[in-house]
Amino acid sequence: MNQTFLIVAETREGRLRQVVYEALTAAALSAGEGDRKIGVLLGSGVEMQVIELAACGLDQLYVIDDPSLHTYNPDTWSNALLAVIEQVKPDAIFLGHTAIGRDLAPLISASLNAGQISDVTDIRQADGRPVFTRPIYAGKAFEQRVANTRPYVVTIRPNNFQAAGPTNQSCEIVRLAPPAPSLRSFVKDVLKKASSKVDLTEAKYIVSGGRGVRGAEGFRLLEELADVLGGAVGASRGACDAGYCDYSMQIGQTGKVVTPEVYIACGISGAIQHLAGMSNSRVIIAINTDPEAPIFRVAHYGIVGDLFQVVPLLTEEFRKLLASQS
Amino acid sequence: MNIFVLLKQTFDTEERIVLRDGVISEDGVKFVINPYDEFAVEQAIQLRDEFGGKVTVVSVGPDRASEALRTALAMGADEAVLIRGERIPADEAAVSRVLAAYLRQQSFDLILGGYFSIDQVAGQVAVRLAKLLDLPHTSAITGMKLEDGRAIVTRDAEGDQEIVEVALPALFTAQQGLNEPRYPSLQGIMKAKKKPLATLSLDDLGLTAEALEAGTSRISVSLPPERAEVRMIKGELRDQAAELVQLLRHEAKVI
Repeated sequence: MNQTFLIVAETREGRLRQVVYEALTAAALSAGEGDRKIGVLLGSGVEMQVIELAACGLDQLYVIDDPSLHTYNPDTWSNALLAVIEQVKPDAIFLGHTAIGRDLAPLISASLNAGQISDVTDIRQADGRPVFTRPIYAGKAFEQRVANTRPYVVTIRPNNFQAAGPTNQSCEIVRLAPPAPSLRSFVKDVLKKASSKVDLTEAKYIVSGGRGVRGAEGFRLLEELADVLGGAVGASRGACDAGYCDYSMQIGQTGKVVTPEVYIACGISGAIQHLAGMSNSRVIIAINTDPEAPIFRVAHYGIVGDLFQVVPLLTEEFRKLLASQS
Repeated sequence: MNIFVLLKQTFDTEERIVLRDGVISEDGVKFVINPYDEFAVEQAIQLRDEFGGKVTVVSVGPDRASEALRTALAMGADEAVLIRGERIPADEAAVSRVLAAYLRQQSFDLILGGYFSIDQVAGQVAVRLAKLLDLPHTSAITGMKLEDGRAIVTRDAEGDQEIVEVALPALFTAQQGLNEPRYPSLQGIMKAKKKPLATLSLDDLGLTAEALEAGTSRISVSLPPERAEVRMIKGELRDQAAELVQLLRHEAKVI
């Protein structure tokens, strides 16, 4: 019996989030031959994204494009999504483990009386069913979980699955009317704090600073390096507490959990709370004046030295390398 | 103001994870209140002190969870309830149905919980509970004030701040930054010994076997692969920078 997989897309700053393409791959890893993949895109003014998403190997794409979906509201969004689910009757629902996905997934799971597996980083088939791996205890262990219900719900951690690319498959686009807006809660205002360049959780390269950066000035050096790499700047709690940067940049147990390709820790000692947010990064580079700093215990490459000297040198070397290939 | 706080007891952040017979060992482990739930307890106490009323902390878990509840009482909560969970599967769908069964028997203005627990990191139970109780909710709040039967909260949306107005009764989950949780005072600890800590069984809640069905099951646990020793780069700083970039290109192949 063929199954139907529903992939919930979201946009950020007018673009499809990277994790949407990764969720397509995650759904494909869970699916078998002949299974259907259906997308759903909720938002306001998302016509460009409809075209992009429709090219990514979906059988159908449901779209609800309405001003009431401009900012996230739990009632409005879950009602919109449930309306799609009602029509599609999926066997599994995939979302990104983002601010929206983290809220929307348990809401619809509870509505559907469905099991949910959150923050998945790997999927394998065993005994004819998908087995989902996810970090627990701040990445100090992993558990393998299976779903017992139909449908079931999965949220996937950004940066852990390959992004699906465009295909030649044709995709039927289905437009639905917007849901009634919520009367119970509404967003009065949005204060933009996060840097709009690259989202930390989706960044392939992160340059991160701790107390050793010594001030907002020092963070500018890290920004230059991140810009050359097309990455984002993060920080330890110590740097945020000291007022060097905004809490929106904090990586750690409290703060964001990231798994970039490359994590460059500058002047970060490596307290366990910080490691909880980044220790599963693919390649970790530590730059610290103290050779005994615990960060070196999780790092793959280490440089003992003053970040104020090392970071500009690295920026220059990366610039040279990237210029030579373009 | 009648406030319920959802509380989970978790491993202390500093604990190492040891597997014994394929299961995470609890031997010699120090347990604490889940740090995000601590923000919720603190917020509840502050609101009670401002508006009057009662704070009840409720946990689903094994007997040892009563220590965490006692700590919350020592911080200033008024009453505690432990729903003993031996037969409750470690699954968020089941746990949220247990909590819903209990809370349907209570009257409340507010339910507070943590954004997620630092052991399972699923972040489902509180939001599921809001749905099961048909309450509006906002997750990951970093600020809160109450006026005229509504809450004005600040929601952390990946760094951006949303100011959200919510009609009460409602449920909120606490994000770091909401407050600085207090340490229990000696006097608080003494008082806590006399505060009510009730234990409920699943039969007390009249739960059916169906309500306790797990939506998902763990089939195994593994530890992260052993890390290779860090490769320290040596020499002049300028050479080190050049070597590192080459290693990232040709050895790690990440740029």
